[in-house]
Amino acid sequence: MVAEKIFRTENITKVYDTGEVKVYALAGVSLELFAGELAVLLGPSGSGKSTLLNILGGLDHATEGRVWFRDLELTDLGDRGLTKFRRDHVGFVFQFYNLVPSLTARENVQLVTDVAPNPMPAAEALDLVGLGHRLDHFPSEMSGGEQQRVAIARAIAKRPEVLLCDEPTGALDSKTGVQVLEVLKTINDQFGTTTAVITHNAAIQQMAHRVIQFQDGKISEVHVNETRLAPHNIVW
Amino acid sequence: MQALDKKLFRDFKRLWVQGVAIAMVLACGVALLLTSFGMYQALDDTRSAYYERNRFADVWIDARRAPESLLPEIRAIDGIYAVDPTVSGFAILDIEGRVESAVGHVLSWPEDNDPLLNVPLLRSGDYPDPTSSSEVMVNEPFAEANGFEIGSVFHANLNGQRRALRIVGTALSPEYIYTIGPGGMMPDNEGFGIIWMPERAASAAFDMQGAFNGLAIKITQDAREEAVIDALDDVLEAYGGLGAHGRDQQTSDSFVSSEIDQLRGMAMVVPPIFFAIAAFLVSMVMGRIVALERSEIGLLKAIGYSDFEICLHYLLLAAFIALVGIGIGWGGGTWLAYDMAMEYVVFFDFPYLLFRVPGWVYAISGLAALLTTMLGAARAAIMAARLAPAIAMQPPAPPRFKRSFIDVLMARARLSQPTIMILRSFFRWPVRSAMTCLGLGFAVSAVIAASFVHDALDNIVDVAFYQSNRQDAMLLFTDDVPETTIAEVRRLPGVLQAEPQQYLPAILRNGPLEKSLAIEARRPGTDLSRVIGADGSVSTAEPGGILLAERLASQLDLGIGDLVEVEFLSGRRETHEMVVTGLVEQYFGLGAYIDLGYLNEIFRQSPRMSVVNVTLDDNELDALHARLKDLPRLSGLIMMTDTRRSFQDTIRENVTVMNTVYIVIAVLITVGVAYNGARIQLSERARELASLRILGFSRGEVSYVLVGETMFLALVAQPVGWLLGAGIAQVMVNAFSSDLYAMPLILNPDIFARASLVVLAAALASALIVRRRLDNLNLVSVMKTRE
Repeated sequence: MVAEKIFRTENITKVYDTGEVKVYALAGVSLELFAGELAVLLGPSGSGKSTLLNILGGLDHATEGRVWFRDLELTDLGDRGLTKFRRDHVGFVFQFYNLVPSLTARENVQLVTDVAPNPMPAAEALDLVGLGHRLDHFPSEMSGGEQQRVAIARAIAKRPEVLLCDEPTGALDSKTGVQVLEVLKTINDQFGTTTAVITHNAAIQQMAHRVIQFQDGKISEVHVNETRLAPHNIVW
Repeated sequence: MQALDKKLFRDFKRLWVQGVAIAMVLACGVALLLTSFGMYQALDDTRSAYYERNRFADVWIDARRAPESLLPEIRAIDGIYAVDPTVSGFAILDIEGRVESAVGHVLSWPEDNDPLLNVPLLRSGDYPDPTSSSEVMVNEPFAEANGFEIGSVFHANLNGQRRALRIVGTALSPEYIYTIGPGGMMPDNEGFGIIWMPERAASAAFDMQGAFNGLAIKITQDAREEAVIDALDDVLEAYGGLGAHGRDQQTSDSFVSSEIDQLRGMAMVVPPIFFAIAAFLVSMVMGRIVALERSEIGLLKAIGYSDFEICLHYLLLAAFIALVGIGIGWGGGTWLAYDMAMEYVVFFDFPYLLFRVPGWVYAISGLAALLTTMLGAARAAIMAARLAPAIAMQPPAPPRFKRSFIDVLMARARLSQPTIMILRSFFRWPVRSAMTCLGLGFAVSAVIAASFVHDALDNIVDVAFYQSNRQDAMLLFTDDVPETTIAEVRRLPGVLQAEPQQYLPAILRNGPLEKSLAIEARRPGTDLSRVIGADGSVSTAEPGGILLAERLASQLDLGIGDLVEVEFLSGRRETHEMVVTGLVEQYFGLGAYIDLGYLNEIFRQSPRMSVVNVTLDDNELDALHARLKDLPRLSGLIMMTDTRRSFQDTIRENVTVMNTVYIVIAVLITVGVAYNGARIQLSERARELASLRILGFSRGEVSYVLVGETMFLALVAQPVGWLLGAGIAQVMVNAFSSDLYAMPLILNPDIFARASLVVLAAALASALIVRRRLDNLNLVSVMKTRE
C-alpha cells in the first residue's frame, strides 16, 4: 500500500525583495510528505527549511509554485482560509515555547481545545507529555524542557494531522532535549501524526523515517533511514 | 552629533504618535493654566485700568431726597476725598418698533463740569448740552441693541410725563460693566438702558430741584471704609438714606469680581490633573521602552556608557514629549486666552482689553509640565541606569503569575482562555491597571462636571421661573401705592390676574451680624409669586414672624424661634424685632419674607404695595404695552417671559461652549490613556497574540484580547469616573455658592450615561486604531524574535 500524501509542493520559491537585493530563501523546492512519517529537515541556518515549514503550516505564502495539503490547495488561500486550515489540521512547536505567561499549563492547552473541532482533554494532552502533575503551574514556574512539553501538548491536543516543529530542542540541554524528542516520537507512533522536525543538529536525524537535506534554498539530498534510533540512544 | 543623540531623535520619530497623544494631554494642562491666568490677568488689568482712568467710586448711598446744602457736611466727613451727587430714577421707555416697553435708568449729567466720579467714557457723539431738556447720552450696548444712531429719538415716561429724548452720544461706564436692570438676572441690553440726562432736566423730571437722591464717594487711601459708611448713614438717615455700601455690594463690580475669582480658582485646580495624567502616561510608555531596549542598554553599558548618561538619555526622550506639549499648550493657550478674554469684553461692557499673559505664567506652566514629565520618566530612567549589563543582555524572565482566589472565581465562571488572559493581566499589574482606570475616570468626570451644570441650571430656572414666579410680568411702581390701585391694574387690557406685593429695603441684624436686603411681603395664598424651597414645596411667611432663606439665616446665625432686628429703610423707617418662624432652602439671593397684612399692621397703615404681578392674555399685549407706556408712577416693567428666554439662551450658549470644551478634553485624555495603553499591550503581547494566530485563532478572536483589555479597563473606570465626577460637581457647587446664588447638586442618570458613552467610544476608537497594527503583525518574524 502506498502511503497517502499529506503535503505536496511543486517547485516553490520564496523571494524576499528588500528593494536593492533579492534574497532567494527557497529556490524551487518540490517535496512530498506522507501520512504517518517522521521527517527531519536538516541544514545550516539560512538554507530555507524554516521558510518551507512556514509555507506548509499556512503562516506564509510562496512567491511562486504551488502547495497542497491533501486535496486542499494552499497556494492562494486567503487569511481566513489559512486560519481555518491551521486551526483544523496543524500543530506547531517552536524553539521558544511561546506560551502565554498569564495562563497555566492546562489553560495554555485549553487555548487550543476551546476552538478545535475534536480535541482531547487538556489534562490528557499534558499527561501524554508527562506533565500530568503540573497542570496548574504557570510558565514562570516551569523549566525550559517542561515549557516545551507544554507547547507540544498544546500542539497535539487538537489531534492534528501534522505536527510542524521548528528547532524544538534548540533552546534545551541534551538531557531535556531527549525528553522532548521522546514525546514527539510517542505522538508519531501512537497517533500516526505526520511530523516534520527542523533542526541543524545532525544527530537528531537518526530518529527519522526520512531525512531531507537543505542547502541554499534547495533540497540537496533525501535519504531513508533503514534503522531508526530511539531518542534516548541519540547523543549530542 | 553623538550616536546616542541620533538614537534619541530616531526613537522620538518612531514613537511620535504615542508622544503626541501624551503631549496633547500635557498641552491641555499648559493651555488651561495659561488661559485661566491669562484671562484672569487680562480682566484684572483691564478692570483696574478702567476703574482708575474713569475714577470708579468706592462707596455709594441712595436716599429718598437730600438737600444740596447737606453736601458740605458730607465732604467734611473724615476719610472722604471726593463726593459726586446724582439724581437718578427709573423710567418706562417707548421705543419705536419695539412692542414691549423698555426700562431706563436715568442719571443726572452735571451742569457745570464733567462728573467727578464714575466718569462715562464717550464712545460716539457728544455729551448732552447741560441746558437742553431733550438731549441724552445712552450706554453703547443699549444703543447698539436697539439700532439707535446719533440723533435717534425715543420716548420716556418720566414721573408720569411722556417726553421725547434725542440721543446725542453713547458711552460706557465703569459702574455698568455688567448692566443688569431691576429684577433682571441677566443683562438685557435691548430692554434696559442707562440714560445720562442733563442735571436740570433730570431734577425737574424727578422733582429733585436743589436736591439729590444718590451719592458716589471716593475715600482717601488711609480711610476706613466702614467708618465712612457709618458716618454717611448717620448724616443721611433723616433724608431716607437706604444704607451706604462699598464696591462689594455694587452689582456690576460684584459680578465681575466673582468671575475673576473663579478664573483664579480654576487655574489652581484643573491643570494639575492634566499634568498628573501626562506624568502617568510618560511613566507607562517609558517603562515599556526601557523593557524593550533592555539588551541595548546592556550593550551601551558594556561599551562603557555611564549610568548617568543612560539615565539622561531616557529622561531626554521624555523631555522631547514635554517640549512638544509645552509648545502646543503655549500656542493654544495664548490663542484661547485672548479669544476668551475678548468674549468677556463683549459679555461685560469693557471699552477695551488690556491683554497680557505675564512671562512668569509661561515659565511656570512650562516648568510644571517639564517637571511632571520628568517625574513620570524618572522611575524608568533609573531602572535603566540600574540594570547590570550582564543581566540586561539576557532576556527577562517571563512575568510571574501566581494562583489566587481570583483564579478560583474565574474557574467557576468557566471563562474562555482569552478572557482569562485579560483578567490575569489586569490583576497582575494592579498599579498600572488602577492608574489607567483613574486616568480614564478623570475623562469621565470631565464630561460629568460639564454636563451637570446644565441640569443644575435647568433646575434653578424651573424653581425660580416656573414654580416661584409664575407671573407673565411684574409692574414696578416708583412709590408705594395703595393696594386698591390693583383694581386699576386689573382693568388694563389683557390683564387676567393681578396680585399685590411689596418690596422693602431693610437691614437685618443679629448682634454684630447684619445684612442689607429687600424684604418681600405678600398676601398668604398668592398664586403668581410664591416662596418655593429647593425640594419644591411652598413656604408661607406666617403673620407675626419672618421667613428666611437658609443661607441668610446661617450668615446671620439665626434659627427658628430666634429674634431678629429689622430696620426698615423706607416707609416709616422703623426698627422692629421679629421672630424667625421658618427657614427655606433657596438657590437665588438672600430671601426674607413677611406677610403683607402683618406689615401693614406694624406700620399702622392702610394696605400698600410697590409691585403687581400679573398674568396676561398674549393677544392683547400690544394694547397693554401702549397703555403702560403712559401710565404714571410706573417705574419699571419686567416681562418675565423675556427674562426667562434671555436667561435660558445665555445659559444654553455658555453651557454648550463649556460642554464642547470638556468633551474635547475628555476625548484627548481618553485617547492619550487608551491609545498608549493598547500600544504597550500590543508590544508586550505581540508574541502571545502571534502564537494565538498560529494556533488558529482568527484576527477577530485575537483582537478580542487586545480590544477587550482596553475596554475592560475602560468599563472598570466608569464607576471611578462617576465618583470623581460627583466629587468635582460637589466642589464646583461649593465654589459657585455666593451671596447671589447657590447651585443645586443635581446628578441625573443620563449625565453619567453620556459621560460613559463619550469615554467608551473614544477608548474603543483608540483600541481599534491599535488593532489595525495587529493585522500587519508578521507572524513569522514575531515568533523568531527572542524576547
